[in-house]
Amino acid sequence: MPTGAQATEEHPLPDAKACRELLARMMLIRRFEERAGEMYAKAKIGGFLHLCIGEEATVVGSVDALRETDYLLSTYREHGQAIARGMPPREVMAELFGKVDGCSKGRGGSMHLFDMERRFLGGYGIVGGNLPLAAGVALASDYRGDEDVTLCMFGDGATNQGTFGETMNLAALWKLPVVFMVINNQFGMGTSLERHSAVTDLSKKAEGFGVPGSRCDGMDMLDVKAVVGEAVRCAREERKPQLVEAVTYRFRGHSMADPEEYRTKEDVERWRERDPIAVFSKRLVDEGVMSQDDVEALDREQSAAVDEAVEFADASPFPDLDSLYDDIYVMGDQVRPWWSVDERSPEPHRGERERESGEIAHQLAEAGAAHVEDDSEARERGRPRDDSGGAAEHRDEHGGAG
Amino acid sequence: MATMRYREALNAALREEMERDESVFLMGEDIGVFQGAFKVTQGLLEEFGERRVRDTPISENTIVGMGVGSAMAGLRPVVEIMTINFALLAMDQIVNHAAAIRYMFGAQVKVPLVVRMPQGAGHQLGPTHSHSLEAMFLHVPGLLVAVPSTAADAKGLLKAAIRDDNPVIFIEHETLYGRKGEVPDDAEPIPFGEAAIRREGSDVTIVGVSRMAITAERAAESLASEHEIEAEVIDPRTLRPLDLDTILDSVKKTNRAVIVEEGWPHGGVGANLAALIQEQAFDWLDAPVGRVTGADVPMPYSKPLEQAAFPHEEHVVQAVLATFRDL
Repeated sequence: MPTGAQATEEHPLPDAKACRELLARMMLIRRFEERAGEMYAKAKIGGFLHLCIGEEATVVGSVDALRETDYLLSTYREHGQAIARGMPPREVMAELFGKVDGCSKGRGGSMHLFDMERRFLGGYGIVGGNLPLAAGVALASDYRGDEDVTLCMFGDGATNQGTFGETMNLAALWKLPVVFMVINNQFGMGTSLERHSAVTDLSKKAEGFGVPGSRCDGMDMLDVKAVVGEAVRCAREERKPQLVEAVTYRFRGHSMADPEEYRTKEDVERWRERDPIAVFSKRLVDEGVMSQDDVEALDREQSAAVDEAVEFADASPFPDLDSLYDDIYVMGDQVRPWWSVDERSPEPHRGERERESGEIAHQLAEAGAAHVEDDSEARERGRPRDDSGGAAEHRDEHGGAG
Repeated sequence: MATMRYREALNAALREEMERDESVFLMGEDIGVFQGAFKVTQGLLEEFGERRVRDTPISENTIVGMGVGSAMAGLRPVVEIMTINFALLAMDQIVNHAAAIRYMFGAQVKVPLVVRMPQGAGHQLGPTHSHSLEAMFLHVPGLLVAVPSTAADAKGLLKAAIRDDNPVIFIEHETLYGRKGEVPDDAEPIPFGEAAIRREGSDVTIVGVSRMAITAERAAESLASEHEIEAEVIDPRTLRPLDLDTILDSVKKTNRAVIVEEGWPHGGVGANLAALIQEQAFDWLDAPVGRVTGADVPMPYSKPLEQAAFPHEEHVVQAVLATFRDL
């Protein structure tokens, strides 16, 4: 397997301060992801965990091509995007821990990070689901006459969803300021590109819909930034939606539960030789921008930031059980009708009045929550629960969504 | 009898039906090389080859639609959807096409399609991967809906689903895949529309849907040992066709009914069944029909919130006790 679309020429380095900042961001993401993996193994994190290790150049280069007022939408593999966009690692880690101080108050988990203030409009768990959303966000910008551009990221697998073609057509037809970016990491879950897509040059896949494409080397942060930057300029100034393909690779499995039977260790090793952080660090040292000691010190700073994030996440409480029904609707002052009905207890009540529900309802909520203990021991030992297929089972055997 | 896991029972059903009938084939995301997200299709690619075990792109609506088309043309496709929430992407093909085609074309054609998918909470998969949506499919005339809770039922019902000439929505439960059970060696298909009485009792009827049949059985043990209440536990196994007679006969004997489901309350299986029971057995009821459902919320990720948001045996016990307090 070829290792990507290597840029034909080396891009000049930005100034020393920018170089340092970009390297730091890639390192922070790497250290964050490594620690998240460890926390998953310790059962501090549940559900699915999709790491972007190997894709840091793609993430950091593209996000750096945006203005602060531009919008960004991503997939369920989006910790890196959130951090690159400036979200504090502690809020991301707390979300992964399911804690109340997480960016989504523990409701969404790893796959559903969000930060309105930074215009990071979410990670999404449904493959292809974010493409129409992104075009809609761009529609709003166009409608208001704003200059903002929306960058929508998705994986190679998502190009096979109906929403891909439908969104490309409408974005082109309505001349929306949106850039679609397919992060081609070579696999839709466990299915390799050439086994899931008839057209493997994904940069060409939207041409027939009126969206021109370009390709960048997803392992070269400066190439990503240059190519995405030009696409963003086109979308902003010429109102022409663009598709950018970043050719990259995920060094880890699809999720933490992926046995990776669909690829060889040699393939992974070949890509690891192009590790975007190692390559960029080496260039900075070779060209005298930073010393090796500087690089190592910078890396230690990022590890310390991740340590702090883990401490914060650990100390944060779980959401109050009474908060279960909060925020389903925007209710304003209208609280009289039954917005939600709770039938977990023999005291049916309005969900929005969960806090005022009776004693039995409260006892049962506590009793339900106490079932977190059912499989926690088995999980921490990392042993599958054979008899009833508890959480450990899927951790071992389930790869999750494409 | 052999002891096997729920996933192994499903695997055996697929294998046996594929051996029996050349027209049976599988399609789905990562069912072949990856061996299935939950390993239900493990080994089948090797055994049957790529013609009959087809890895598909991530294109749910189209995969199901191709299942409908190939079924119309005489094949017996079994489509795997990775999780029930992803089946929502295929609702157009399921509702507008699979369910309606035979009726709207005057019975000139049939759609012998099976769409398999896991549902359920408990693994912190969050608001886009862990709902229980059997009521949505139950709502649609033209579809059959199976909700097996044991390994034996998983095997027997899947065999029946594959042989059935109607489109079947076959709903597995994610937390049951590793659960072991006794499965008859020469497992024959289990006919749709035959409920299983999991436990006999004279004081109250508990109907448990999907995994909640197991939760109901646990609750029944507590009710017997701690409250001297003998509950009859019924697992309907298929929601459409529904073995309403078995449920009504039981209610007429016990005079009380509680329905337990993991899905949402509005328009839920329990709402529907409570209406049917009170319409047809009102005179036998000594208390309002009780129901226990999942919380009326998108499933939260955070572990304690998630566990609090779906029924456990404690909830069922309280619901049953409430039917006695009304006396």
